[in-house]
Amino acid sequence: MRDSDGNRAAGFIEAGFLALLLVILIAAALWLFFQRVWWFPELASARSLAVDRLFELTLLITGIAFVMVHGALAFFIVRFRDRGTGRALFWHDSHALEISWSVVTLVILTVLVFMGQRVWSDVYFSKAPDNAVLVEVTGEQFMWHARYPGSDGAFGATDPKLITNTNILGLDKRDPAARDDVVVDNTLHLPVNRPARIRLRAKDVIHSFYLPHFRTKQDAVPGMTIEIWIVPSREGQFEIVCAELCGLGHYRMKAMLTVESQEAYDKWLKEQAG
Amino acid sequence: MGALGTHESITADHKLGFFRRYIFSLDHKVIGVQYILTAMVMAIVGGLLSMLIRLQLAWPSHQWPWLGQVIPTGMEGGVMKPEFYLSLVTMHGTIMVFFLLTAVLAGGFGNFIIPLQIGARDMAFPFLNALSYWTFFLSCLAILSAFFVVGGAPLGGWTAYAPLSALPQTGPGQGMGMTMWIVAIGLFVFSSLFGALNYITTILNLRTKGMSMMRLPLTTWSLLITAILGLLAFPVLLGAAILLFFDRSGGTSFFIPGGLTVGEKLVSHAGGHPLLWQHLFWFFGHPEVYIVILPAMGIVSDILSTFSRKPIFSYKTMVLSMSSIGVLSFIVWGHHMFVSGMNPLLGSAFALTTLAIAVPSAIKTFNWLFTLWGARIRFTAAMLFSIGFVSLFVSGGLSGIFLGNSAVDIHLHDTYFVVAHFHLIMAVAPVFAMFAGLYYWFPKMFGRMMNETLGKLHFWGSLIGVYCVFFTMHVIGMAGHIRRTYDPYQYEFLKHLQPANIFITKAAFILGAVQLLFLINFWWSLFKGKKATDNPWRANSLEWTTSTPPPHGNWEGEIPTVCRWPYDYSAPGVKEDFALQSEPLPAAPSGK
Amino acid sequence: MSNKKFVFVVFATVSIALSLAGCGKKTGEEATVDTKSSSPAGGGASAYNESMGTATVTGKVAFTGPAPEKTKIQMSSEPSCLSQHKGPLYAQEGEINANGTLPFVFVYVKEGAEKWTFPTPSNPVTIDQKGCRYEPHVFGIQPNQKLVILNSDPILHNIHTYAKENAPFNLGMPTQGMKFERDFKKAEMPPISIKCDVHKWMVSYAGVVPHPFYSVTGVDGAFTLKGLPPGEYSIEAWHEKYPSQIQKVTVGDKETKELTFTFQG
Repeated sequence: MRDSDGNRAAGFIEAGFLALLLVILIAAALWLFFQRVWWFPELASARSLAVDRLFELTLLITGIAFVMVHGALAFFIVRFRDRGTGRALFWHDSHALEISWSVVTLVILTVLVFMGQRVWSDVYFSKAPDNAVLVEVTGEQFMWHARYPGSDGAFGATDPKLITNTNILGLDKRDPAARDDVVVDNTLHLPVNRPARIRLRAKDVIHSFYLPHFRTKQDAVPGMTIEIWIVPSREGQFEIVCAELCGLGHYRMKAMLTVESQEAYDKWLKEQAG
Repeated sequence: MGALGTHESITADHKLGFFRRYIFSLDHKVIGVQYILTAMVMAIVGGLLSMLIRLQLAWPSHQWPWLGQVIPTGMEGGVMKPEFYLSLVTMHGTIMVFFLLTAVLAGGFGNFIIPLQIGARDMAFPFLNALSYWTFFLSCLAILSAFFVVGGAPLGGWTAYAPLSALPQTGPGQGMGMTMWIVAIGLFVFSSLFGALNYITTILNLRTKGMSMMRLPLTTWSLLITAILGLLAFPVLLGAAILLFFDRSGGTSFFIPGGLTVGEKLVSHAGGHPLLWQHLFWFFGHPEVYIVILPAMGIVSDILSTFSRKPIFSYKTMVLSMSSIGVLSFIVWGHHMFVSGMNPLLGSAFALTTLAIAVPSAIKTFNWLFTLWGARIRFTAAMLFSIGFVSLFVSGGLSGIFLGNSAVDIHLHDTYFVVAHFHLIMAVAPVFAMFAGLYYWFPKMFGRMMNETLGKLHFWGSLIGVYCVFFTMHVIGMAGHIRRTYDPYQYEFLKHLQPANIFITKAAFILGAVQLLFLINFWWSLFKGKKATDNPWRANSLEWTTSTPPPHGNWEGEIPTVCRWPYDYSAPGVKEDFALQSEPLPAAPSGK
Repeated sequence: MSNKKFVFVVFATVSIALSLAGCGKKTGEEATVDTKSSSPAGGGASAYNESMGTATVTGKVAFTGPAPEKTKIQMSSEPSCLSQHKGPLYAQEGEINANGTLPFVFVYVKEGAEKWTFPTPSNPVTIDQKGCRYEPHVFGIQPNQKLVILNSDPILHNIHTYAKENAPFNLGMPTQGMKFERDFKKAEMPPISIKCDVHKWMVSYAGVVPHPFYSVTGVDGAFTLKGLPPGEYSIEAWHEKYPSQIQKVTVGDKETKELTFTFQG
């Protein structure tokens, strides 16, 4: 029961404290995002700049909404706390208000989603340029295998019945196209500034091919072959992460992507084939 | 209204023995409390699991010999095994989603409150109701037993994606442990369906005189919509679980494509598709999010209104937006699958529907906010938790805007950004509503008040802790910190995040410790709390018209007739700042 | 209405039931321990003692034909392992000894020893994970004999057995110096394959035989089966890549016989 004067005094402390907390929350949020203490890994793909931009725009809009709603909440709490005098307003409907905030929300979200769909369709519906490198990446518990088609530019036939410890992808050596295929473990090399088509497959369970520096993530699903394409924009070594829980060694299912000059790439590929 | 309509048949029950009255009871209030207490045990288990998860993430290579003594199988020699870590993740998710959130909000509050708020003597099918609880109880035993079978608990996450869940040879815990998981989920579905059928029938048929649908308190409205969602969504989960069981034990291939090899050994399945599981699971899974959040919204709406001494802002819109959320929740499941390999066109479609469901959610937020406008806010523990709910719902909802937009989701999918988002919006926010509800209805349940000071301390600790934990998680998620990872520092690009992880872990430990305040308060108040009056909060809905605690049959005499809506707070023409729903209208009508 | 009492009873019931459900069962793999003798023959078998075993079968495993294609192991993603090896590494299945013999052949008494029961050896067999390889690559062990599993690498290995007769296990070993003890309850041939799913090239084979009459060929391709009681035996030579071969042999008291298995490439 709250009809004693003590409670009315307490109301002020609680309102004030809660409002203060909300203000601190706002401040902490703003600080974290503007200081960029922890931020996205440095971008290595020109194609994904749009994703980052969209993220930043969304952050700005949601940030404003966050500050406004929490600010209002803090203000209302202090302003409308029960001081033990007067009655609350008997006001519970306003079509004008409701329509306006619904429309504003709808418009903002529509704009965001349509901007998002432009990026999305660029990622998924645009065709890779003809000069793209082609590589197949297969995930399994708990390794990544990359396969390059070799000098003939064609992947050889595979058969799961042929899979052993030493023929990890089940290459069918009777197929001439398979003989020059290059298979490397937990390693992927790509030339810089040249598009790369990556065909994703999985042998056992679902894995997810995640390149944090490229803002690229695609599940590798057993029974499916999914192709994505990226354009590495700077040289360096980038970690390939398995992002979909695949079993006890999931956390160790990592590979390394090396982006290098076309010459270095050609040299590396030749070494692997030999 | 059947046999329960008459007063004689009610009082006859009082002569039942102890066990029939308190253990195998058919009384909806007892069953509701049974749900809450059972879930409390499950929540303690689930909470401890999360503490172990946090321990591992902060200091992954550390040895804890004493923990090795306590948990000899999972932490042999004091080092946590990766498979044990993953089974912690799986079981924490499963226990919290089903056995805490769904159980308390739908099972606990639903049972206790619905008949009291609509003016009924009991549920429409009391036996079915008891059956629902006992099926739930069995299901609890089944899920806990997964820890103790050969191989331990399953490690595939609470989403149990196939083929990891369909092939027992893919990991320890995917054998017997996974089977126990399927059994537990199957039982839980039955329990929920019994409950949902009961709620819908009860709300539609057993309302007292004058209780029109548009005079129902929002808690009951939300529980009705939740029950309908449950009735439509849970059978899909059951179907999926049965198919999974067949794949595992019956040699079928619903989720397993041909040509798989596990450990270089060919799997003798062919013809299935892994994405089928995801579609079925999320077709249930997304409505499940709303099964959890809708009752929380209802409870918070009622409490905000009560302690604002003001009607809820725009009652009709609240009902409408909850209903539209209910309908839309069935067509947004694909936003869990943007990068799953499904046709990217579907990604676009689901981004659009997700946008649509954000609108009613935003409307509700504004309605809560404007309920406070011009209010006379009384800061009880229940009210504080409700305000906390609104804040958390806003924060979690806003981070959902990133994830619902398919292009942005590509980078954020399966990172801690997702974990932070869904914890805020569908775990912590509903838990705040749960606490609000418990502080609010505790007097009606047990006849005593909970301690307000402890309650407020509990609130402050929880709010601060929750934001420290989940705000930081959003940020490390942006940095690419993947979820369900046993040791994030295996990756160079995540190494700099360890201070953040240590901070989160410390905050989580404090947050966990703060929950002890609640447990102490709950058990202490049960025995030593101040005796409660019939209507301690000066609230309007029907449960406050009966004695505290209510007798078997809910009202000693006649069930009151309802004359007004439940939100006549500070109504003009009423002397007090509240008016019970049973209070006759004055000459000039005030509300609806 | 005695609410307190009722709440208490409900709570107590729930907690007790839940904890009973937990404590009732003993954890996992040790659940079905069969401590009886390891003889498969059952009723008619008598205990073996060392004084009986006077005979010896010895010999070598030769290899003819073209040498198999070698498969290179790519360890570059594990620098901590790579640094422990010099030069390129190849899969063990393709190894041929310099003297034209075949290593990693598991030679054991397949038939003829069922007449006796053998005590479980008290000394453990150790398998180490070192430099991202198993040591040993092929080994023998008796039922219920202790198997010590070591991880000498600072990275995760999971030791995953693909047993058919025995209960398979799959254990993650994330840190250096981690040690587990396990055993196999039943005899199992062909050998149980043991793999690490994080490093697919890591393979080991455990032949579980109910007697001590087994041997693994090394760099000289030789094997020795000691302590055999006089009698007739069929000896099998098993290799991971080639079909197994069986030879019959009869040994008398204090006799040593020599056998040669020849595997065709």
